[in-house]
Amino acid sequence: MNPLLFWLFSLLMLGFGVSVVVNRNPVASALSLVSSFLCLAALFVGLDAYFIGAIQVIVYAGAVMVLFLFIIMLLDLRAEERRKFNKVAFFGGGLVALAFAAQLIGVLGKHPRGDKPFPALNLPPGEQLNDLKHVGETLFTSHNLPFQVVGVLILVATIGVIVISKRELK
Amino acid sequence: MTAALLANIPWEMLAWSVAKAVFIIFLVVLPLVSYTVYAERRVSAAIQDRVGPNRTGIPTSLLGFKKDIQLFLGGLGQPIADAVKFIFKEDFTPAGVKHFYFWLAPVLAMLPLVSLAFIPFGSTFLGEKMVIADVSVSVLGIFAVTGCGVYAIVLAGWAANSKYPFLGGIRSTSQMISYELSMGLSIIPVLMLFGGMQLSSLVEYQAANGWLLLPFWGKGLSLERWLMLLPLGISFIVFMISVFAETNRLPFDLPESETELVAGYHTEYSSMKFALFFLGEYVAMIVGSALAVVFFFGGWHLPFIPNGAGEGGLSFLNFLPDWIWGIVNIGVFFGKVTVLLIFFIWVRWTLPRFRFDQLMRIGWLYLFEIALANIFLTAAIIALTNK
Repeated sequence: MNPLLFWLFSLLMLGFGVSVVVNRNPVASALSLVSSFLCLAALFVGLDAYFIGAIQVIVYAGAVMVLFLFIIMLLDLRAEERRKFNKVAFFGGGLVALAFAAQLIGVLGKHPRGDKPFPALNLPPGEQLNDLKHVGETLFTSHNLPFQVVGVLILVATIGVIVISKRELK
Repeated sequence: MTAALLANIPWEMLAWSVAKAVFIIFLVVLPLVSYTVYAERRVSAAIQDRVGPNRTGIPTSLLGFKKDIQLFLGGLGQPIADAVKFIFKEDFTPAGVKHFYFWLAPVLAMLPLVSLAFIPFGSTFLGEKMVIADVSVSVLGIFAVTGCGVYAIVLAGWAANSKYPFLGGIRSTSQMISYELSMGLSIIPVLMLFGGMQLSSLVEYQAANGWLLLPFWGKGLSLERWLMLLPLGISFIVFMISVFAETNRLPFDLPESETELVAGYHTEYSSMKFALFFLGEYVAMIVGSALAVVFFFGGWHLPFIPNGAGEGGLSFLNFLPDWIWGIVNIGVFFGKVTVLLIFFIWVRWTLPRFRFDQLMRIGWLYLFEIALANIFLTAAIIALTNK
């Protein structure tokens, strides 16, 4: 991946990520999150992981966030915009973030910087990584059981949602 | 520093991509959009026993001549006149709209143009593949872009801050999310038969082994492919219905149904901002038709015409240089797309609109289940014939 594109999309992603937290308007926050997801997908594509990049856009930007936006618009949340700036929460949150950053730096600082670069994918020129096939094979052979368990989990969650929403009708 | 950043940019690929993108957007798709609008008006007029716009030609009467010059069909200047009208109309922004999103929505409405990047619109031209982004998962890429297309309509409906656009936006969101499922499931039989997701190689497969709906040569003469006609036919029908719903065309144009919602999500828009929604709808139609052509009708391929490398086709045609056939293949592709566009128009002026509950029932209770059962049927046929 060209470093120029990497820095562009990383900076955009982080910028939109900050804007998710900073924005008072929930719709603006949701759209910033979508943009952040799109930049993340661009980074995946830059790593030749087209499948993950496309799935990232389809699932998060195309499905999950549309529903989020939909709910936010239907509820028309105004309370968040009217709420006053809370100094205690701001500084408390900042303190927690700083503490977390300090810990992260402490842990990562203990490890020496790697001297070997990550091994490159040795693809013939003009060839693309058939990541679709790799993902499929891994899911249905070596990780078959976890895959099916996750499927059951999602089914249970779906049934749970239906049961909870039907209860009020009686 | 800058030298390191600019070191490994593939300039040649970049130049080809820009050339292909400019060609397909400005020289093919946008003119095709404006003349689809013209065709829509002429075909609807023919269906309703009217004449339609047949007067606008080259306006020489402005210069003092007696008559305008009519190009061979009459009225072919209409799209140009329409475009000029849209640009010069007053661009009115109503009070009380949410300004940023009101301006953002028409921009996002042009998003379907992005999915053109994944569509192979020709074989090869001077050795270069005629597809902008030839990635291994181009089907998913197109679905990713289509999935994001709903933002334009949602934001337009919400930002207008008025009840009819909002209702239109809500309807459209639920409609597009519902039909995306059956659209995605409906093409899985195609991918199962082909065993991949790269659209350019899917077309090459069809060129060698028979179009998926016309298996008359290559592997297409096997029993498997003739049995596969049943699931592929079902998948074509489900796919086309879903495309109609995804592009908000009649009989599924609930988001802008005039009798109930004034004009739906674009009620508050005027001038070029409205025109962008209009263009976006037609571009989505072109993308949908192009997808159907690529999946089921062999893309740029016609049996008797060689491809861009001069292979295949009738042998006596090979006296012409190969690049001519590269161009002819592009023409064949857009010819097939045009036929499907006329089909879109024909359906629009033939069928009345569904009710919203009917629309939801068709999507969730019929198309979704049919597409799902179709996958199992395909799997059974593949398993039986590949013993």
